[in-house]
Amino acid sequence: MMNLQQPLLQINNVKKYYPIKGGILQRVQGHVKAVEDVTIDVYEGETLGIVGESGCGKSTFGRAVLRLEPLTEGSIVFKGQEIGTLSDRKLKAFKREMQMIFQDPYASLNPRQRVGDALEEAFIIHTSLSKKERKEKVLNLLDEVGLKAEHYDRYPHEFSGGQRQRIGIARAISLNPSFIVCDEAVSALDVSVQAQVIKLLKDLQEKHQLTYMFISHDLGVVRHISDRVLVMYLGNTAELAPADRIYDNPLHPYTKALLSAIPRPVPGRKRNRVKLEGDLPNPANPPKGCSFHTRCPLATVRCKEERPIWREVEENHFVACHEV
Amino acid sequence: MAELLLDVNNLVTKFKTADGKLSAVRGVSFSVNKGETVCIVGESGCGKSITSLSIMNLLPNNGEISEGSVRFLGQELTKMRQDELRKLRGNKMAMIFQEPMTALNPVFTVGFQIREPLKIHKRLSQREAHRKGIELLKQVGIPYPEKRMSQYSHELSGGMRQRVMIAIALACRPSLLIADEPTTALDVTIQAQILDLIDDLKEELGMGVIMVTHDMGVVAEVADRVMVMYAGEKIEEADVESLFSNPQHPYTKGLLKSVPNVDDRNHQLEAIPGTLPNLNEVITGCRFHNRCEFATEKCRTQSPKTFTVNDEHTVRCWLQEVEQHDESAATASSNQ
Ligand SMILES: Nc1ncnc2c1ncn2[C@@H]1O[C@H](COP(=O)(O)OP(=O)(O)OP(=O)(O)O)[C@@H](O)[C@H]1O
Ligand SMILES: Nc1ncnc2c1ncn2[C@@H]1O[C@H](COP(=O)(O)OP(=O)(O)OP(=O)(O)O)[C@@H](O)[C@H]1O
Ligand code: SF4
Ligand SMILES: [Mg+2]
Ligand SMILES: [Mg+2]
Repeated sequence: MMNLQQPLLQINNVKKYYPIKGGILQRVQGHVKAVEDVTIDVYEGETLGIVGESGCGKSTFGRAVLRLEPLTEGSIVFKGQEIGTLSDRKLKAFKREMQMIFQDPYASLNPRQRVGDALEEAFIIHTSLSKKERKEKVLNLLDEVGLKAEHYDRYPHEFSGGQRQRIGIARAISLNPSFIVCDEAVSALDVSVQAQVIKLLKDLQEKHQLTYMFISHDLGVVRHISDRVLVMYLGNTAELAPADRIYDNPLHPYTKALLSAIPRPVPGRKRNRVKLEGDLPNPANPPKGCSFHTRCPLATVRCKEERPIWREVEENHFVACHEV
Repeated sequence: MAELLLDVNNLVTKFKTADGKLSAVRGVSFSVNKGETVCIVGESGCGKSITSLSIMNLLPNNGEISEGSVRFLGQELTKMRQDELRKLRGNKMAMIFQEPMTALNPVFTVGFQIREPLKIHKRLSQREAHRKGIELLKQVGIPYPEKRMSQYSHELSGGMRQRVMIAIALACRPSLLIADEPTTALDVTIQAQILDLIDDLKEELGMGVIMVTHDMGVVAEVADRVMVMYAGEKIEEADVESLFSNPQHPYTKGLLKSVPNVDDRNHQLEAIPGTLPNLNEVITGCRFHNRCEFATEKCRTQSPKTFTVNDEHTVRCWLQEVEQHDESAATASSNQ
């Protein structure tokens, strides 16, 4: 499944900062370093899971890779072509191939537009299909994501949260993309539907050789769907390894804390949770040294001073920590 | 002795649609005691949010409670005037909404939205409310809360928006908290912190909690009781141990089998085949029968009655009839 020879995407030293404005004049006072420095290859046909604390920059990273926003720094090579610095006009051809399924389905749907029309839009812009053919395509899409023909004429508010997320998936796959960033794509779904949608995503992946970047807080789902898992902390990469390796043998202390906090579906069982004490860092002014040192149970003097380098500690297993 | 906080009786909620009036909630009854957490689980679209919104009287424009009663601290909410309800909402009862973007107002700062309820319901001054707001943001684990007070919701990450909403809901220390998927956008360490915070308030204030979640791990951790819904109906209710160890309804069993197992990658997810019926579909008999592998002729024609499994465990499924019949036959024969 995973083709190690062929990176579909080569992401090098990507940074994304947001200006913080303040004062009466709304002058730039500093920057939120949402993505600090991320380097990773994404292989064709794989699913790369991305996990990490809320606010650590996962969505920003996903948007940056799709070039939905300009990068602050860094390079992204997609199918051999540098797209990190491409102008918006030249980018258009690539955007069709790269799609995103959003975290908040409601925010990405126009409340006044019927679902059928919303799905038809992509075919109007990007294809020369006739009205009748377009309708057929949309009905097929609805069917593919487990919705029904009568949903065609409904408005977004008439759907439940989970049903709306299926609309988002339908929209993302409509133009046969090769790369999809799924940002909390199944989080709004209950487990029984989630199992169906995960299966749907896997089937679509196989059918169309899709490559996924799968951002989620649900570590069970991530384990189930991912080939490799990337753990992020405060805009940085903390650990990367094949999925089983991360779960069975986590090395970074943040990964360990994260895995220990997973609630298991067994009533009465007390978790042996590693509680993270200490101050939550401010992304506008991240700590010196290792960004995790303010909360890390293993932190030493060195961690406060020196930023750990990203190194391969065993084959395909990368980590940034002095104490590993 | 458990003290009753909320009592929902035979709640029916309907929507006016192009296809006529359709029921999204069909005769649901349940109660919440002080200091108790009741989790609502069930397939997407089964009516969990609409049940919650009915209690809060915050239904979408085309929706209405057409039958039943909702009693909160002895008061009937379905007949209450809007201005009286407003005094309760955000004060004695608060809700954390499923989609933070729809609940937070994009044109006001986070600070404004968190200060308002404190000023209105708790009569705090601007400065006191501001200080309290910062403290609340800190409690829900938002880094650098002073700065966040002056930001707008689009400048926050998904999980931060959710935490801001939680902070607003908890601001007035409500007696009843309805939390609709409160931690879906949060990582598990922050989730644990929020669940602990809700737990503390439960202890401290005797707050009752209705939690809608699809994370069975969270259910196992926080619930005292669990109510399972299917297509607008309550189909099973039990104390949390009983539900996990002895689920009775075929849908509940399927639900538990479709939970991904973090401890085993090769665990096969078993999705329940088929989809939830639309509101406008007419279904005879058991509403689950066309997806149920055990369905009999009776299931197809007669709506199952509610059977008692034990004191705290009820289920609506005709299979009980066979089982309970067998059991009573067994006891009868052993008594001879
Ligand atoms: N304004 C509306 N008009 C018509 N039907 C609606 C409206 N809002 C919700 N519904 C329908 O009511 C049913 C129940 O929706 P509800 O939002 O309660 O589902 P849910 O159980 O919360 O699902 P989820 O887990 O996806 O959030 C669904 O079939 C939905 O399509
Ligand atoms: N448009 C923006 N303007 C200013 N700051 C932003 C903007 N978008 C994101 N940020 C900041 O960047 C940081 C990373 O946000 P991001 O949404 O990428 O986090 P995330 O890892 O996806 O979190 P979550 O799991 O909560 O969705 C946060 O501190 C957030 O407040
Ligand atoms: S009543 Fe019949 S159809 Fe309904 S869940 Fe039970 S066995 Fe299945
Ligand atoms: Mg995000
Ligand atoms: Mg809902």
